[in-house]
This record gives sequence, structure tokens and C-alpha cells, in this order.
Amino acid sequence: MSSRLKEGKENLVERTKIQVKDLSVWFGSTQVLRGVNLDIKENRVTAIMGPSGCGKSTLIRTLNRMNDIIANCRTDGAVLLNGRNILDSTIDVVELRRKVGMVFQKPNPFPKSIYDNVAFGPKIHGMARGRELDELVERSLRDAALWDEVKDRLKMSALSLSGGQQQRLCIARALAVEPEVILMDEPCSALDPAATAKIESLMVSLKKNYTVVVVTHNMQQAARVSDFTAFLYLGEVIEYNDTKVVFNNPSNRLTEDFITGRFG
Amino acid sequence: MTNRELKAKIAFTAIRASALIVVAVACLLILHIVVNGYKIVSWSFILDSPRRGMTAGGIFPAIYGTVCLIVLTLAFALPIGLASAIYFSEYFGSKWSSLVIITRAASNILAGVPSIVYGLLGLGLFVLLTGFGFSLLSSSLTLSFLTLPVIIAASEEALHSVPLAYREAALALGATRWQTVRHAVLPYAIPGMITASILALSRAAGETAPILLTGAAYFLPRLPTSIFDQFMALPFHIFTLSTQSVNPAITRPIQYGTVLVLISLVLGMNLVAIMIRAYYRKRVRALL
Amino acid sequence: MNRRHKHSRAIERIIEGSLVVCSLASILILAVIFIFLFYEGVPAFRDISPHEFFLGTVWQVQAVEPAYGILPLLSGSTLVTTGAMVIAVPLSLLCSVYMAEVARPALREITKPFIELLAGIPSVVYGFVALTVLADITYELTGAVHRLNALNGALILAVMVSPTIISISEDAIGSVPREYREAAYALGADRWQTTSKVVFPAALSGIMVSIMLGLGRAIGETMAVLMATGNAPLLTFDILSSVQTMTAVIAIEMGEVTFGSTHFHALFAVGLVLLLITSVVNVTAEIVLQRFRSVRY
Repeated sequence: MSSRLKEGKENLVERTKIQVKDLSVWFGSTQVLRGVNLDIKENRVTAIMGPSGCGKSTLIRTLNRMNDIIANCRTDGAVLLNGRNILDSTIDVVELRRKVGMVFQKPNPFPKSIYDNVAFGPKIHGMARGRELDELVERSLRDAALWDEVKDRLKMSALSLSGGQQQRLCIARALAVEPEVILMDEPCSALDPAATAKIESLMVSLKKNYTVVVVTHNMQQAARVSDFTAFLYLGEVIEYNDTKVVFNNPSNRLTEDFITGRFG
Repeated sequence: MTNRELKAKIAFTAIRASALIVVAVACLLILHIVVNGYKIVSWSFILDSPRRGMTAGGIFPAIYGTVCLIVLTLAFALPIGLASAIYFSEYFGSKWSSLVIITRAASNILAGVPSIVYGLLGLGLFVLLTGFGFSLLSSSLTLSFLTLPVIIAASEEALHSVPLAYREAALALGATRWQTVRHAVLPYAIPGMITASILALSRAAGETAPILLTGAAYFLPRLPTSIFDQFMALPFHIFTLSTQSVNPAITRPIQYGTVLVLISLVLGMNLVAIMIRAYYRKRVRALL
Repeated sequence: MNRRHKHSRAIERIIEGSLVVCSLASILILAVIFIFLFYEGVPAFRDISPHEFFLGTVWQVQAVEPAYGILPLLSGSTLVTTGAMVIAVPLSLLCSVYMAEVARPALREITKPFIELLAGIPSVVYGFVALTVLADITYELTGAVHRLNALNGALILAVMVSPTIISISEDAIGSVPREYREAAYALGADRWQTTSKVVFPAALSGIMVSIMLGLGRAIGETMAVLMATGNAPLLTFDILSSVQTMTAVIAIEMGEVTFGSTHFHALFAVGLVLLLITSVVNVTAEIVLQRFRSVRY
């Protein structure tokens, strides 16, 4: 019995949610990513770490095509989400971004009420209204571990919240459109340690229902929250493996230098 | 004092003097008009028609004409101007983006076209070719052409002042371009866009050369009743009274009064624009 | 869900389509302006030889043998514009340095809107002041033959274009990174050296743009020069003489012309020359601005 269970679990581990194949990205004439290959597993937290300027933000922003809004950005290669290439020109980016939510480096709530922030996505997609919408907002806020702190002041401005609360609100806002994947682009870099701890534990709990990809330049964070870690350097994936392996037994000198703090 | 200190001293004296000259000239100018104009400006001056061959009475028809011009120009230029600004600023990277570069350049060149040239266009296109004649319609269409680049440039600036983060947030939630604009950009850009439009219209209100060629009249016994009528206008009234009448010295007080009314109207519009901006800023801040 | 989605996609297309159409208005208007001025201006050359138009030294339309030489008008425009720029450029640049570098922030908060307000005063008002007040002053001080003369026009035009030059070059100077100044101070430069050797050069392209735009405005200005300069189409370079500019001749003579006559077309031809000159000036400014932007970002 135990072997069957183990096999089932292994299968789950093996399921690839996003497959990045030979991805190269240019901004103008500068090549930012060089033939990146990466398999992102479903219901796991995958961390992408590396020194600043290594292309990790560009990589994560390719996964929901946010780079589209940057002028003269060119991509080559493929990114398969559930087996479909999302870089294909026939893909509806609006539909894609519903499935792949994103949380940004700096908390960016709209200057609206807390409720309206979370309800923004469901409203524009016509997902729910009235009681149903109220429930969806509550569920999202609970999932983002913010409900208890804000339940009495949902009509207050989102900008009255602290930085950490704002970031969890942004997570709740992303959850409300019921995505499959959540991308987080250095979500804690603007937060204090206490708020960071809350977001980190949130990431771990989110993987039950979502696939989480987090970009960080903080390797301790990668070690604490992720199941898999990719180390990106000068636009190339230097190492990608189980987080424990990357940190305890890195196969590449550069990775070793980075995690032992010799540069970064 | 070293040579270097002396140089600096002279330079900064010149700088301060220049600033003083500019401000002093401006103050003198406004003061001169107020001092000479306020004696004649009264309710009857504002609400009466000119009498005795324009040498007495008020300037109501000219005020009325200018207000009509502003309203019509607004109706023509605003929708197109705002739509252009939204397209230029918010639809970057769409398949028409090379078009954006050209149209924006066109808009910038338009902004530098002399107003008399707009007048020529209005004369040729609206008065003669399309047969609108010398009329409110021809003049306001001409003025809307003239204000369009101003509205576009200023509204674009208002749109640019909305943080990119709002757009990213909306797009990342799967909002379409228009949903992003409608819900995450426009609400915060509207005050700036209103301000921009009022400023552009205040410019239109003071323009003389274009309406000179397209429909402004020296004197009309009746107010215009349709957009195909000719009209009197404040700036044109100033021009004709001070240069075209037989003895301009007799009507000098009326001229000063008209100048004061025109300046008050134009600067009043500027003030309203500034107040609207301040009001919305306060509201946004209350939200913060 | 899918139908709704398709529906919203269609709306999205319609909206984007209408925005594109609206944004084409600028190109359309620009094209129409050029087309019309050519269309109405070129027929002038059926009766006037290009040689007479471009090299003729007399603009005399009331005579039995009317003469349509643009040179007196060109000289009028050149004289007034040059005079205005000679006065306005140094004054405005020094003033913008004052606002950006010298004035206390509180003072700047007052002067900046004030300058912008000045830019909003209609040109006919400037013309009126030039006609009634300024003319007397210049007449008294210079002892000119004509009460209304090119100098009068240049002075009022200088007052008019200054706000444009000041506010754009102040923005340019204000946007020079603070680090440049700090670097200069750290090397022991005093404030004037920093301003003149570091800040001013760094802001130079923006300042050039402000001058070009001011120049464009000055050439194209109609009412103020019309009311200030006396409107005598004389081919002269005497700043104390009455002159007539290209803009003024159109504004004045278009009122008494027979539509479709040679005179009518000749005025459009003058308008065309004016449009070409201002376009060259403004396009140059635009190009400098683009280059300036691409260097900075």
C-alpha cells in the first residue's frame, strides 16, 4: 500500500505545469535570456534566483506575457502551459493572464476600497455578483491570510493598509480570478521581515491549490519556501534541481559561489 | 574679490535682473489693463448691446458669441482629442504602433502651425468648399482643429502621470486593454484631462486670426440663432474697435473694458481648471 | 462564458478601431492643411510668375498694375522675428535659470503658474497693448518716423514668446540630474561654474527646443504684430520703419479680396510659404526633442 501511495505522490511531483523550451528574449538588441529550459511542476513552489540583472524578472514576466507591454521586446522559443504554447500569436493573452496570475515587486493595489480591489478581476470577467461576489472576495481574502485583519473595514481604501497587508491584498486580488498559476516577482523585496515571514508561509500554503513561481534574489527565501530552485546567471539557467540539492550539493561552481555569498 | 567671484556675481545679478524684468513687465501689463478697464466694466456693460455705432453700450453679443464658439469647439475637439490621447498613450505595442509614431509627430507639427494658416484652411474648406459660409460652424470647426493638438498633448501627459503599476495590475488580472484603460487608468487621469481641455479651450477663446477669416462680424444687430449665422466675438471686437473704426480714441474705454472681460474669461477658465485639479487631488488624497 | 468572451472581444475591437480612427484626425488635418494651401495657393502662379512672386520687391495690390512680390513681407517677418528673438532669448534663458537654479522653491511655486498664465493671454490683448501704450513709449524713446514700427512689434512679440521659452527651458534645466550638480560641487566648482559649465550644457537640447518653439510661435504670430507694426509692406531692414509681416497681410487683405481672384490665391501662396517655414522650424525642434529623449532614456 505504501508503495502505491508513494507512486501516486511521485506522479504528482512529475506533472509539469509549465514547460519553458529554449526561451530567448531580447529588449532591442540586448539579449536578456539565452535559451532557457525549465520544467515547472504543478502544485509546487518553484523559486528562480540569481543576482540582479540576470533576467529572472524577464523570465517570470514571459510566463504571463507581461513583456508584451514593453516596446521592442522580442521572444524566441516556447513556453507550454498545460501543453499549449502561450507565446503563439493565436493565444488570447487576456485568457492566459486569467489562468496565470501575478504579484508584483512593489504592492500595487488600486486606490480603491479593499473590497473593490479584490472584486476587480471577478467583475471585469463577469464571474460573480451580489452575494456570490461577496463570498468570492471573502474566500480570496481568507486564502491570502488577510481576512481577519480587514473583515471590518472592507470599504476602506486599500492604501490605508500596511505594505505587507497591501501585498497580501494583491495576492488575494490575484486569487479572486481563480488562476492556476501564481507568479510572484520578488514579492517581499519592499517588505519588512515580519511581513516577509507572513508572505512566505502564505506561499507554502498556496501550493495546495496553485502552482507557484517566485522570483527572488534572496537565497534564504528560496531555501525556505521552494521545492525546486533555478539559478539564473546572465540570462542562462546554470542549475535547476530540487531545492535541497541545489543548496546542499550544487553541481556548478557559480551556484556554489552565489549561495555561499561570494557574489550577488 | 577674485576674478571668479566677480564673474559669478555679475552672472547672478543678470539672472536676477532678467527674472525681475519678466515679472515686472507681466505685472505692469495686467495692472495697466485692470486700472483702465475696471471703470467701465459693469453689469450693464456685460449685458447690453453696443449702441450709437459702437461708441456706447455694452458687449453682450461679443461675450455670447465667444461662449458659443467655446461650446461648439469643445463639442468637436474634445471627443477626438481624448480618444487620440488614449490611443497614443495606452495602446502601445499594438499592431498599429508605427502609426502612432506618425500620428503623434503629425499632432506635434500641427501644434506649431500658425493660427492664421488654420484661418486660411477654415476659409477654404468650411466657408467656401463645404458651403458653411461665414458662420459659427465654420469658425468653431476651425478652432477645434487648432485646439486638437493642444488637447492631445496635455491629455497624454495626464495619462502618463497614472502609475504604470495600475496598468500592470489590471493586465495581470486578465483585463483587456480597454478594461484596463476604463477601470485602472481613466479614473485617475480624468481630472488632468479636464484641466487640459479647459486650458486648450481658453486658448481657443482668445484666438482672433482664425475667426477673422471664417465668420466673426464687426457688428450684428441680433444674436446668432443658428450655427450657420455670423457672430461677434470678444477678441475680434477688441481688434476691430482699436484698428478698424473711424476714431479708435473715442471707444478706448470700451476697448479696455472688452480686454478686461476677455482676460477675465480666459484667466477665469484657467482658474477653474486649476480648481478642478485641486478638488480631485483632494478627493484622491481622501481616498489614500 | 465563451459567448460572453467573444462578445467582449468584439467590443474591444470596436473600441480600439474607433480610437485608431480618431487618432488619425491629426494626420488628416495636417494633410488637409497642406493640400488646401497648395490647392488655393498654386493657382496664384497662373497670373504671377514665380520670379515675380519670390523675387519681387514690391507688394502693391491696390495699384492699377498690382505687384505681388513676397520679399517685403519676408523682410517684415524676418525683422520683427529676429528683433523679438534677440530680446527674448537671453532674457528668457536667464529667467529660466533663475527659476530652476536660483529661486527658492516657494518662490518658484508662484512664478511658474504666473509665467504659464502669461502664455495664456490672447495675442490680441498683446497687440492692443502694443498699439495703445507700447507704441507711444518706443516712439518717444527712439524718435522713429513711424509711430507703429518693427521695433514695437519685436518688443511685444518678445513679451509674448518669453513664457514659452522660459517654461520649456526651465523644465529642461530642472530635469538635469542632481548628481551632475553634486559632482561639480564636489570638484570644488562654485555655483556659477556649476550652472554654466555643467547644468546648462546638460540641458542644452531642451533649451534649443524651447528656442525653436518660441521662434515658430514668433514667425506665426498674427494679431500682435498686425496691430503693432503699422502694416506698410516696405522692403527694409530698418527696425524703426513700419513693416508688414506675412501673417498680417493675410489677416488684413483677406477681408477685402474677391474670392477666386489672383489676389486671393496670392494670399494663400503667402500662407503656404509661411506654413513651410514654420513647419521646417517645428520639425527641426521635434527631431531635436526625439534625439534628446532617446539619449536620456
